[in-house]
Amino acid sequence: MRRLVVPGLVIVAAAALLALLGFGVAHQGSDSSIDAAVSKGHLPMAPSANVALPLLGSAGTEKLAELRGKVVVLNVFASWCGPCKDEAPILEQEQQRLKGQNATILGVTYLDNSSDSERFVRQQHISYPVIRDVSGNFVRSFGTTGVPETFVINRQGRIAALRRFQIDGTWLSQTLPAILAQKS
Amino acid sequence: MIALAPATAIAADTTPKASLTDIENDVMCVSCREPLAVAQSPQAIAERNYIRTLIAHGKTKAQIERALVGQYGPAVLGKPPAHGFNLTVYILPPLILITGIGTLALLLPKWRRRSKANASARAPIAEPSIATADAHRLDEELRRYGG
Repeated sequence: MRRLVVPGLVIVAAAALLALLGFGVAHQGSDSSIDAAVSKGHLPMAPSANVALPLLGSAGTEKLAELRGKVVVLNVFASWCGPCKDEAPILEQEQQRLKGQNATILGVTYLDNSSDSERFVRQQHISYPVIRDVSGNFVRSFGTTGVPETFVINRQGRIAALRRFQIDGTWLSQTLPAILAQKS
Repeated sequence: MIALAPATAIAADTTPKASLTDIENDVMCVSCREPLAVAQSPQAIAERNYIRTLIAHGKTKAQIERALVGQYGPAVLGKPPAHGFNLTVYILPPLILITGIGTLALLLPKWRRRSKANASARAPIAEPSIATADAHRLDEELRRYGG
């Protein structure tokens, strides 16, 4: 019996290390549960809705919960991202159309320093609000691993559509009307 | 002289106190998850430019690292902050080392005692006996070939 103690302890230690490794690897992977739910039509609630993030270029904060009742086009971007530059004018144009429809674009900077983000906003003439997610936890809760990504959140605070790559005007014009037409 | 003093102080403040090479070895490209020193992505280039700006403003390495955490979050640091799951990085290696040394310290004397006891308990190996006639023949052969 005593002979089994040492091998037993070694096996337990090895199993514990493997479990730890498995846990670490599992938490590194990307989360595609939102994509799966949206594609099946089960619109998931937008995560981290009560997290207040600082507004770029001002002392205020913004959180998704405060925008409940509005359609929010959440666009994750960074100043160093080429496709983000290409889609910025499209989003700004859309913002002008959304103003009168109780809807807004909301930009979120991703892994970007604030001075570069502010320059980007100026250069692209962005008028919609932009929040900064310094820790990256907010965008990670959406399963974001890169930029640009765009999520359309309906008036009930649910993710109704998403695109994990560059958007174009066609996608917006095909996606938004139905979501805008829904009542809160 | 008095008028020149503030200008000198400003000039001294912007003297570089850190080097890009030193900092980029200790921080990460946050989007590509590799050390900034080897990363070449657009985000890495932007991060490097930001560090260059801070160096030009005379910031120290510690100040620059704090500014980087403020802009990109704690993931920008090469060594993860010591809390949550990251604690395993700091706790596990010394724990394994100490446990290993402790186990060896406990078991080695036991193993040595056991092997000594086994050696002394073992019966001496008997010399194989040969018949007298064979012994004579062997002596004869050895004499013939050995000289």
